[in-house]
Amino acid sequence: MRIDSKGRIDRSRPLTFVFDGTSYAGFKGDTLASALMANNVRVVGRSFKYHRPRGILTAGSEEPNALVEVLGPSNQTPNTRATMQELFEGLVARSQNRWPSLGLDLLEVNDLAAPFLSAGFYYKTFMWPRRLWEGLYEPLIRRAAGLGRLSGKHDEGTYEKAWAHCDLLVIGAGPAGLMAALTAARAGVDVILCDESSEPGGRLLSDEGAIDGLPAADWVAGVLAEMASLPNLRLMTRTTVTGAYDDGTFGALERVGLHRRPRPNLPRECFWRIVAKRSILAAGALERAIAFENNDRPGVMMASALSTYLNRYGVVPGKRIALFANTDSARNTARSLMAAGVEVAAIIDPREDAAEEPGTTVHRGAVVARARGRMGLREITIRKGASETRLSVDCLGVSGGWNPTLHLTCHMNGRPRWSADLAAFVPNDGAIPGMLVAGAANGSFSTHGCLAAGAEAARASLAALGMAAPMAALPQAEDAPYAIAPLWQVPTKKRAWLDFANDVTTKDVALSAQEGFTSVEHMKRYTTQGMAPDQGKNSNVAALAVLADATGRGIPETGTTTFRPPFAPVSIAAMGAGGRGAGFAPQRFLTSDRASRDRHAPMIEAGLWYRPSYFPKPGETTWRESCDREVMMVRSSVGVTDVSTLGKIDIQGPDAGRFLDFVYTNTFSTLPVGRVRYGLMLREDGHVLDDGTCARLGETHWLMTTTTAAAGLVMRHLDFVHQAFCADWQVRFTSVTEGWAQFAVAGPRARDLITSALGRAPGLPFMGCSDVTVQGIAGRLFRISFSGEEGYEIAVPTRYGEALFRDLIARAETMGGGPYGMEALNVLRIEKGFITHAEIHGRTTACDIGMEKMVSAKKDCIGKAAAARPGMTGPEREQLVGLKPLTDSPITAGAHLFAQGAELTRENSAGYVTSVGYSPLLKSHLALAFLKNGRARHGETIRLVDRLRDIDVLCSVTGPVFHDPEGEKLRA
Amino acid sequence: MRLTCPFCGPRDRREFHYYGAADYLNRPGPEAAASAWDDYLHNRDNPAGVTQDLWYHEQGCAAWLKVTRNTVTHEILAVDAVAGGAA
Repeated sequence: MRIDSKGRIDRSRPLTFVFDGTSYAGFKGDTLASALMANNVRVVGRSFKYHRPRGILTAGSEEPNALVEVLGPSNQTPNTRATMQELFEGLVARSQNRWPSLGLDLLEVNDLAAPFLSAGFYYKTFMWPRRLWEGLYEPLIRRAAGLGRLSGKHDEGTYEKAWAHCDLLVIGAGPAGLMAALTAARAGVDVILCDESSEPGGRLLSDEGAIDGLPAADWVAGVLAEMASLPNLRLMTRTTVTGAYDDGTFGALERVGLHRRPRPNLPRECFWRIVAKRSILAAGALERAIAFENNDRPGVMMASALSTYLNRYGVVPGKRIALFANTDSARNTARSLMAAGVEVAAIIDPREDAAEEPGTTVHRGAVVARARGRMGLREITIRKGASETRLSVDCLGVSGGWNPTLHLTCHMNGRPRWSADLAAFVPNDGAIPGMLVAGAANGSFSTHGCLAAGAEAARASLAALGMAAPMAALPQAEDAPYAIAPLWQVPTKKRAWLDFANDVTTKDVALSAQEGFTSVEHMKRYTTQGMAPDQGKNSNVAALAVLADATGRGIPETGTTTFRPPFAPVSIAAMGAGGRGAGFAPQRFLTSDRASRDRHAPMIEAGLWYRPSYFPKPGETTWRESCDREVMMVRSSVGVTDVSTLGKIDIQGPDAGRFLDFVYTNTFSTLPVGRVRYGLMLREDGHVLDDGTCARLGETHWLMTTTTAAAGLVMRHLDFVHQAFCADWQVRFTSVTEGWAQFAVAGPRARDLITSALGRAPGLPFMGCSDVTVQGIAGRLFRISFSGEEGYEIAVPTRYGEALFRDLIARAETMGGGPYGMEALNVLRIEKGFITHAEIHGRTTACDIGMEKMVSAKKDCIGKAAAARPGMTGPEREQLVGLKPLTDSPITAGAHLFAQGAELTRENSAGYVTSVGYSPLLKSHLALAFLKNGRARHGETIRLVDRLRDIDVLCSVTGPVFHDPEGEKLRA
Repeated sequence: MRLTCPFCGPRDRREFHYYGAADYLNRPGPEAAASAWDDYLHNRDNPAGVTQDLWYHEQGCAAWLKVTRNTVTHEILAVDAVAGGAA
């Protein structure tokens, strides 16, 4: 029901929205909750376990009941708090956890079965037979107990991540936060002020009060106007600070587009990381409930929320309202309501000495014993001593006192302490380095107390930043003392709710204690209290007070559970913003990328790089046809492939040779200028790190190549070895991988192609290198081969890469050659027995791959000592071999090897396959594999088994080099 | 988490690559006993309190850094360049 003349909504801007299929009207400035209330919608959801009808309880992000699904054009956001969802034109929302409808929910039968559904019932009831748990019981329980559903579709919404830095972060823009931010900003420091709400002001917008003789909201407007003129202050509304982390880092979730009609390009949410030198927590306090019989009936809500709905949104949830409160703060609610012409039927105050209230009846020393009205409150029972009276009301505001919102102070292991005066937990100083807590979050509940604490926290923060802050006059405001007589529950034999969101009652907590779960952490897990989306904000303190009662301990001894980030739910989409699809990892493209795609080459990922798999020709229908043709092309004429992805490290200095001797197992310092050598690198633990060639370009100038996969790893390794063990050596190196485009030219006609491209014969011996001029461009030429054919690699600065690639291919095609891709490259190297990281996968030693002779006996090198440990060499290890199936059958990498006749057990595995390919040259499938004592077993027959792909083939064991074992073609 | 690189200033931890305990700096000589190599490669303390470990400023200046930090409080006590130290 609307109250004319009240509220901050814009009545000139009516909006329409849909809830559960019915169209309603609201105004700009409404939340979904206030708009539903204005339309007299009382039941907004069903409870988690018992499916009881529920109404709106609060007006903030702590709301446990009014959780709805918000439907967008392509997405569906479950568990949206109706109290936080701002209204926009065309908003469509749907209630949750009911079937078939909110009014008629067949699973409400659970409520009748409540005696069987107490805390932990599923541990006891669904024990036998055990096999039915996963298949039957769990799915049934999951369907019956639940919150919102996801659409199952891809979320098309956009999300963002952002970073911000400031001198001072102020969390919360109520009286304390506004005062703190203003004081600090006036002194000139960079301030970020975050507030969860759409409008700053906190309780000053909800409670009618005066500051400096003006309505509090006018004072807020004045402060905001001044703030807008301060360029060093950034106000972030709709931004919930969700976590406090090391080094003054905070996580914060900004709701950017969620309050608007869906717009392209506007992110729904932005997840901020804010780095602040100092911080002030001014997050206020949350009102808590009192448990009594059926206190979850729609229409029973927090007293302070009534004030918020009236003063911010101009709406009340009933015509005849009562208040049940053990503090004085609810009296302000009563006065606001009466001033707005709403009937306040009674105030039930458990305190015997409670004051009278003009305009209504105060029941002193009394409690509300129960509520009635399944689909909406109709009546309450007032109990005083042994006598009970009934009162017809349609709304009850409850206040059991206030809990400081201290959650962030516990995010780094801080524990709050119990204040008996406030009957609440308050934060300890220094719980978060650099953070001060001010105002209601620190237990100062009066407006004056908040303003004073905010100003003082700002001055202390400024002092810590090395700034002097002038004392300024504080605005005048009420300074009423906080008076409370603790009351957590009204005794009943029936159910009285603590945790509305997870349907936990006082009986469940008592049962937990009775069954021995007396620690607060055990009680939480046994009853699930505090584990719902509100994370116990409405119920934690009351639940542990009830537990303290049940166990006979005090509240301080009972303690509290740990508050962990996030303070309010954060969507995974926001935290992972930008990381979907192509945003998941950077993409690296070759200079030949466009030329390859022009030829319809499918691209395959190699680390972050994209490389062509094969180059299909018209008429080829499978990758194997293309691959076989490309292999034969290289073996018979010439092929060109882009090898720029290999790591290239330029090494210079008088000690470069000495350094290479230390990082490679073999000796490089003796290599003549203009020559290339193959090198093997070990990790310090003796296993193979990487392999590749290293060219001596000049007396003190070398160029190392690494594998594509290990380029970064090797660079990091070289930096470590240099800086940790030989920083005084005269050697410097840098990665030049992206500086050069490099192409392999391989095949019997490779020399012809190079001659054609250079306009002269290459004139290089095998493993030679030289500077060359490629059509006027300074480049480099290496005579090396990864295919077993005569091979060259020609390098030019990256910007000429695409042109050279197209040029080389055009020349190759006149010779019956062309480009080849990764598939053919792989077959070529398997035929030749060359290893990749499929073989040097981190668990192989130099001995395993037959390269133990490359570990020089004459010098120390990284990994040499560990490679000599027992167990790193010898026949008991799996050694590199070749495999050829006896029949024409495909074989697979990952298959295991067994002696013929051996039982197929893990213990009997004699090795495994690392690489496979079909050789069109040898007309056979080939494999590289590791086999125990493999070098001594050439000629044996072994059984290859892949149980995942149902392959079981006999293979003959061979040497790993199938093609041209003497290397005559290389050296031709 | 941020580390103050002695060359680049305070930087986000995403710029750094973590390696392991600073013990990796004390490489035994080639003739050292097998037990010394075993200690060097495998045996590490796991202190609740001050510890030293190695970080690589991979997205920055490529310096290897010895970071002294407290595993209990997460306090960073010192960040030193490896190359300026023991070598």
